[in-house]
Amino acid sequence: MIKFERFQLENGLRVLVHEDASTPMVVVNVLYDVGARDEDPKKTGFAHLFEHLMFGGSVNIDDFETPLQLAGGENNAYTTNDFTNYYIQLPAENIETAFWLESDRMLSLAFSEKSLEVQRKVVMEEFKEHYLNKPYGDVWFRLRELVYKQHPYRWMTIGSELSHIEQAQLEDVQRFFFKYYRPVNAILVVAGKVKTEQVRNLAEKWFGDIPAGERYKRDLPQEPPQREARRLTVKAPVPLDALYKCYPMASRTENGYYVADLLTEVLGGGGSSRLHQSLIKEKRLFSQIDCYHTGSVDPGLVVIEGKLIKGVSMEEADKAVEEELDKLKSEPVAVKELEKVKNKTESAIVFEDMSVMNRANSLAIYELLGDVNMMNTELGKYRAVTAEAMLETSRRIFDPLNGNTLYYQAQ
Amino acid sequence: MDVQTTAKLNRAIAPPIKDAIEFELNLPPYAKHVLSNGVEVYAVDLGKVEAMMVSWIFDAGNSWEEKKGVAAAANSLLKNGTSDRTAFGINEHFEYYGAYLNRAAHHETAELTLHCLNKHVGELLPVVAELVSDSVYPAEELEIYRRNSQQRLQVSLKKSDFVATRLIDAYLYGEQHPYGKYSLLEDYQALEREDLTAFFDRYYRHGACRILTAGKLPTDLIQRLETSFGALPLRAPMAYSALSAPAVHPSSALSPNPPITPATVRKYNVVNDPNGVQGSIRIARNFPNRHHPDFQKVQVLNNVFGGYFGSRLMANIREDKGYTYGIHSWLVNNIQTSALMISTEAGKEVCAPAIREVYNEMQLLRTELIEEEELRMARNFTIGTILGDLDGPFHVAGRWKNILLNGLDGNYFNEGVRIIKTITPEELRTLAVKYLDPGAFFELVVV
Repeated sequence: MIKFERFQLENGLRVLVHEDASTPMVVVNVLYDVGARDEDPKKTGFAHLFEHLMFGGSVNIDDFETPLQLAGGENNAYTTNDFTNYYIQLPAENIETAFWLESDRMLSLAFSEKSLEVQRKVVMEEFKEHYLNKPYGDVWFRLRELVYKQHPYRWMTIGSELSHIEQAQLEDVQRFFFKYYRPVNAILVVAGKVKTEQVRNLAEKWFGDIPAGERYKRDLPQEPPQREARRLTVKAPVPLDALYKCYPMASRTENGYYVADLLTEVLGGGGSSRLHQSLIKEKRLFSQIDCYHTGSVDPGLVVIEGKLIKGVSMEEADKAVEEELDKLKSEPVAVKELEKVKNKTESAIVFEDMSVMNRANSLAIYELLGDVNMMNTELGKYRAVTAEAMLETSRRIFDPLNGNTLYYQAQ
Repeated sequence: MDVQTTAKLNRAIAPPIKDAIEFELNLPPYAKHVLSNGVEVYAVDLGKVEAMMVSWIFDAGNSWEEKKGVAAAANSLLKNGTSDRTAFGINEHFEYYGAYLNRAAHHETAELTLHCLNKHVGELLPVVAELVSDSVYPAEELEIYRRNSQQRLQVSLKKSDFVATRLIDAYLYGEQHPYGKYSLLEDYQALEREDLTAFFDRYYRHGACRILTAGKLPTDLIQRLETSFGALPLRAPMAYSALSAPAVHPSSALSPNPPITPATVRKYNVVNDPNGVQGSIRIARNFPNRHHPDFQKVQVLNNVFGGYFGSRLMANIREDKGYTYGIHSWLVNNIQTSALMISTEAGKEVCAPAIREVYNEMQLLRTELIEEEELRMARNFTIGTILGDLDGPFHVAGRWKNILLNGLDGNYFNEGVRIIKTITPEELRTLAVKYLDPGAFFELVVV
């Protein structure tokens, strides 16, 4: 049971406090309700580039990192398709430094031309390092475009092409900041060796006078239900053929999410999972195969991806995967197998929650999802999943007309 | 609220901070127990969560193998079959209880690490005992391992960073040395079942082992470990001084390895992928191990140089020039002998200027004193990081593991903290002159 307090400032900033006196540290986590899905299709990659610019100085503080490091703190940030999250960990005695820094960059950035120029280059190198200079690096660009025809999940957080990053202008940066990076669109979580009253005072002091901004009303084109099997074949200079299959699933807050999560465990979670046992060990068609889901807020994807043993044909490998899916769709998961994936989930939650930083991060995300109490009700929802629900959901997800298959062939 | 009535906030002024040198840093102690067979158990009992880890650390790394890849394969296949259990049965057992059983092979050591909820530990320890005393390495499991490892290697060889990491180690230590050798596709093909069973018998079943455990430990844990492991033919590790070359440093007794044989050529350009858009840059020099009095001092120097986000390499090459997404330097965590390593991936067209800037930063540290404010930042950051890292049983156990395997004790930690707090700019410049000599570095670019 993770305890927390919740309150809101007059400007709309939501604040959560999680007290844990057993650590000498505090974590200050600020989540902004904007991600790559909110971008203009002609200016993709912007939310992530913007995240880099948040370290380029704010209106009253020209250097973010130096004072934080002086205070013994470290920090980082990440951008997803759904949101952008910033976190600082520092000794509890120096907590006010984090409030000072985070509130000033929420008040206003410095909007430095030099910072934009350098970070454009840095992000372009990041793009090259992770997506161009790696075998299979472009797979997710292809898959997203294959699956999402309407929804902005069709592009990657890093952006759909280098030129979008190259062309980012300072006016875009300013507009983006004042539209999304306002208290009314933000969630502040403070966790660790703190008291709620102390956080209340610090939050009022540092964030209280920042103009609220306008609540961003998200109105994204939703993906219509898929009613056709989609296929794509790509040839690339890679050593091994790879097979990818993606299936749209429930959104993060629907009950179907928990069922889909457990289904991916049955199929691909660990050495005793079905795909691993059947396709790597018994049939020896794959050298590696995984099943997971994208876990996004709007409807995400169940993904099966594997590398084929040399000499095995794509068709044969694909058919073997389909056979495993057919089994899942025709017979209920055994009691022991269902218990196994639930136990694994329980364990994963316990280990994840051991870190104060993870707890702070999770609280922010659950608040974003609309109910911070989910922090403590998740396990119950997994425990409540029945074999019947697994059967029924697997039939819906793994319907061939819901499938997207990519044959990524070695040249 | 009353804060509203106070004077207007001046946001240009930083709030006061408590400086790092004022923080007391104490590494929580372990309790040591000895099982009947002499195997030592180091137990870090901390935390509030009913979860734990147990690590069995054997002298079974690649320093002990006679044929390339045997140590890694013997370790990796520990979960793939005993007289009574199939690979599937073993995986299913651990996964049913929501436990993670990971394997890892390093140079001197190789380990098996269990993470589980306390309530399940009784179902798991006896099976781990079965694995370390009765793994049978079924032929078909080896066949799958061979082929799948080769396939994985084929993919990795397409990545410039993977290739660069292998090559730089070969230059630093020599291709024959356990720290410098690497597997080729044919090495996997040459692995025989008998290689693995013989290695297992000697280095696991009858091996030298120590156990490290951490978490909110159940009161009967030591008894359970005694029951499952105390009667096995395991033993405590010995010093290896009899095996090694004349002692050149105090810890030659810690590693069975022969002396290193660094390459004679210092500069390398390798084309791995003619269409690559980035170069993987590695610049490295040999460096003594943790027993050398300069080791922890150079860690401070390294922090200023390239050890964290506020370092000079990062500030210059990423934050000023934008040549890379990231650049880092560190002292390699090796037992016998270390290295100072600088690593980055940079656009193909900016590799040369990026390398030039690395050497420029070395020269600056050799000629000019570090300003007190910059040093204060590095001190405070490092202390803050250690403070955060002492949070939680697994982190504390990780620190102890490093200390113990390197033949050190708690004084090493305390001495390290003292050095971070007190080392002077003059000392750091002297160390830079000694160790950041560009002529002593190997330089490699893999595109």
